[in-house]
Amino acid sequence: MVHQVHLMKVFAPDVARAAKPGQFVIIRIDEQSERIPLTIADYSVEESSVTIIFQEMGKTTKQLATLNAQDTLQDFVGPLGTPSEIEKLGTVVMVGGGVGVAPAYPQAKAYKAAGNKVMTIIGARSENLLILEEEMRAVSDELLVCTDDGTKGHHGFVTDVLQRLLQNGEHVDRVVAIGPPIMMRAVAGVTKPFGIQTIVSLNPIMIDGTGMCGGCRVSVDGKTKFACVDGPEFDAHKVDFNLLMSRLAVYRDEEGISIKKHECTCGGGQ
Amino acid sequence: MAERQPMPLQDPEERRRNFNEVALGYTEEQAVAEAARCLQCKDPKCVQGCPVNIDIPAFIACVAERDFDEAIRTIKLTNALPAVCGRVCPQEVQCEQYCVLAKKGQPIAIGRLERFAADHESTGGVAAPHKVKSTGKKVAVVGSGPAGLTAAADLAKAGHSVTIFESLHEPGGVLTYGIPEFRLPKAIVRQEVDYIKQLGVDIKVDYVIGKIKTLDELRDEFDAVFLGTGAGLPNFMGIEGENLNGVYSANEFLTRVNLMKAFRFPDYDTPIKRGKKVIVVGGGNVAMDAARCALRLGADEVSIVYRRSEDELPARREEVENAKEEGIIFRLLTNPVRILGDDKMNVKSVECIRMELGEPDASGRRRPVSVKGSEHEIEADTVIIAIGTSPNPIIFSGSDGLESTSKGTIVVDDTGMSSLPGVCAGGDVVTGAATVISAMGAGKLAAQTINDHLGKQ
Ligand SMILES: Cc1cc2nc3c(=O)[nH]c(=O)nc-3n(C[C@H](O)[C@H](O)[C@H](O)COP(=O)(O)OP(=O)(O)OC[C@H]3O[C@@H](n4cnc5c(N)ncnc54)[C@H](O)[C@@H]3O)c2cc1C
Ligand SMILES: Cc1cc2nc3c(=O)[nH]c(=O)nc-3n(C[C@H](O)[C@H](O)[C@H](O)COP(=O)(O)OP(=O)(O)OC[C@H]3O[C@@H](n4cnc5c(N)ncnc54)[C@H](O)[C@@H]3O)c2cc1C
Ligand code: SF4
Ligand code: SF4
Ligand code: FES
Repeated sequence: MVHQVHLMKVFAPDVARAAKPGQFVIIRIDEQSERIPLTIADYSVEESSVTIIFQEMGKTTKQLATLNAQDTLQDFVGPLGTPSEIEKLGTVVMVGGGVGVAPAYPQAKAYKAAGNKVMTIIGARSENLLILEEEMRAVSDELLVCTDDGTKGHHGFVTDVLQRLLQNGEHVDRVVAIGPPIMMRAVAGVTKPFGIQTIVSLNPIMIDGTGMCGGCRVSVDGKTKFACVDGPEFDAHKVDFNLLMSRLAVYRDEEGISIKKHECTCGGGQ
Repeated sequence: MAERQPMPLQDPEERRRNFNEVALGYTEEQAVAEAARCLQCKDPKCVQGCPVNIDIPAFIACVAERDFDEAIRTIKLTNALPAVCGRVCPQEVQCEQYCVLAKKGQPIAIGRLERFAADHESTGGVAAPHKVKSTGKKVAVVGSGPAGLTAAADLAKAGHSVTIFESLHEPGGVLTYGIPEFRLPKAIVRQEVDYIKQLGVDIKVDYVIGKIKTLDELRDEFDAVFLGTGAGLPNFMGIEGENLNGVYSANEFLTRVNLMKAFRFPDYDTPIKRGKKVIVVGGGNVAMDAARCALRLGADEVSIVYRRSEDELPARREEVENAKEEGIIFRLLTNPVRILGDDKMNVKSVECIRMELGEPDASGRRRPVSVKGSEHEIEADTVIIAIGTSPNPIIFSGSDGLESTSKGTIVVDDTGMSSLPGVCAGGDVVTGAATVISAMGAGKLAAQTINDHLGKQ
């Protein structure tokens, strides 16, 4: 799609039939691979397909990026997680940062279909990293774009745009923010003083995705929740983002080892 | 009378650093000698202790006569997973406890002989199961642990068309993701699963019932359903610090090691923290397995923290002995109070309190009570919580009529039938965490019930 972000359509009739916005799949590329969660970015019952959009982060996503059309994945489990609660509320603001725009897309579409006014804010580091701009425009009443370096749209963060929107008195019934934890935490900070219900989709490290390992636990309102079954969506104002971020960094050393090994066997990678 | 044959074991100094099987299995001579000790009782008490009613004296007689093929055939009449049971059944509270020779402390080593017969078969080629006439009925089995596999085998043998749905990418349930390689080699589980496939059972992995399809949809598509979804949801203690980095549920730790093969990282991609000072909370098989895995991953010191005394340890006796030999430290009558972390939210120690045994509780065991002022800190970089599991509620989503208890277990009658007609359940999802063989017994019973139910249709 853009630099280091890829879209993949996977033939998976049973998953496509059951999928709902807000849910995810867990994939395994081959026998030696990790199981990694990826949000269902789109699905089509007619085509029996599920679309995933992923960013190259480490070994597994880089390896995934090397696959070609017609290749097969060892495992593709889903749909997992609790679907988003899509209802007619009035005005919904969708905030997507980086590859987080992908999971925001099916929700924006669903909120629109449910009769809401959908205002979408998407952001990326730079213009060449923006994804799904046209798709988002098609399902939003208004689309606001921003980039960290000012190469497209507003020069700055999605939170700046959101802040201005709210300060200008726009009546908003719900904000849905999906992106890096640091962005979601910032969005929660912006909406809190306005008392606007805010939903975030959390991305802790997962293994099974069915509630069996507890590795994905997050703290919401002081209570421990398993993001794969109780979420991944939670009330942003109650989430302990520091815990989430610290748990996401647990395997940093091992991830370094994996990626080095991968780049050696792949002749340098990208 | 001859002494009970000891099990040859891998040397403790060696095995504490590798994942190869600890118990090496009887030699042919040992097996024959052990089998010869059996009195061939007219009224064999041992059979009462076996939840799947293996004809124990009959198969042992075959071993004694060196007719090993007939021995395994006899076992397989009632037990589809002998290589597994021979290794992991808590025989001391089952078949061997009832053996008449147990009174003198020298029961026949029934489990070891069963393992011997099963291993002999796998080295000599698996007996091809004969095909039966199809009944045209379709049965869905949810979960591929011992309960599901056993039910599927019996249902297939009765001529039904059986499909197993398993949420993980490998069949076997706890046998695959929980019990480690050094106690139950995964090649053995795979062989047993292959045998079940040879019976004509179709296994669909990566298939979470409740998500991809609901139980109600399965009931529409199939003539009957068996639920053997186990008790896979890890319990936590609810104490301070449980979400710190370095705190694992035993399920996560064991899944990383066994299912995802993190012990072979980086050849396998899934990472695991290789702690130097590890504390495992709990005293069951799960705790022993987690502790012994942590040791094999390179820990300097692994302690079991358990709030009761040695006599109450629920783990298999043999595994407690093996763990001790390997150097696992047992901090008994000790309970964690909170887990302490450093400024990076990594575990640095566990604060524990001493316990003493008070009055007996509802289970008849003396209740541990904490000793005031006995708090102490134990240094640790990894903490593994192995205090039990509950049934996973996913199976209930999209099916209202399935009755459950407050503990989340499925309610069944004494034939294994749930509140929904045509839906049976068994194993850990009904009893809460129990044993492989009791899950298999429940799978057998349910298969019989489903058979009767389908016969009446
Ligand atoms: C519910 C959910 C939905 C997600 N949806 C998407 C998506 O649509 N598109 C997308 O690009 N990414 C998504 N992610 C993140 C994606 O799973 C990680 O980027 C991926 O696992 C990284 O693996 P890696 O081997 O390439 O990188 P690594 O080098 O292994 O890790 C890079 C970072 O990714 C995180 N991570 C590592 N392993 C896992 C794991 N097993 N589970 C979750 N996070 C992990 C860690 O924070 C780590 O620091 C989602 C995560 C979750 C939990
Ligand atoms: C670490 C450990 C060590 C143990 N050691 C021993 C021992 O030495 N001896 C002994 O006798 N017992 C032991 N046990 C206990 C024994 O393993 C269990 O009692 C037994 O496996 C229960 O069998 P089951 O078939 O009921 O469930 P499980 O083995 O738990 O299998 C259930 C299966 O169902 C699948 N599933 C769950 N929900 C769904 C769904 N919605 N859709 C599809 N699939 C689903 C799960 O993924 C799993 O594969 C041990 C348990 C553990 C965890
Ligand atoms: S299956 Fe278990 S209980 Fe039955 S005879 Fe074998 S070891 Fe004993
Ligand atoms: S009770 Fe013991 S001695 Fe008697 S038949 Fe059974 S195993 Fe043999
Ligand atoms: S990923 Fe294992 S419990 Fe959520």
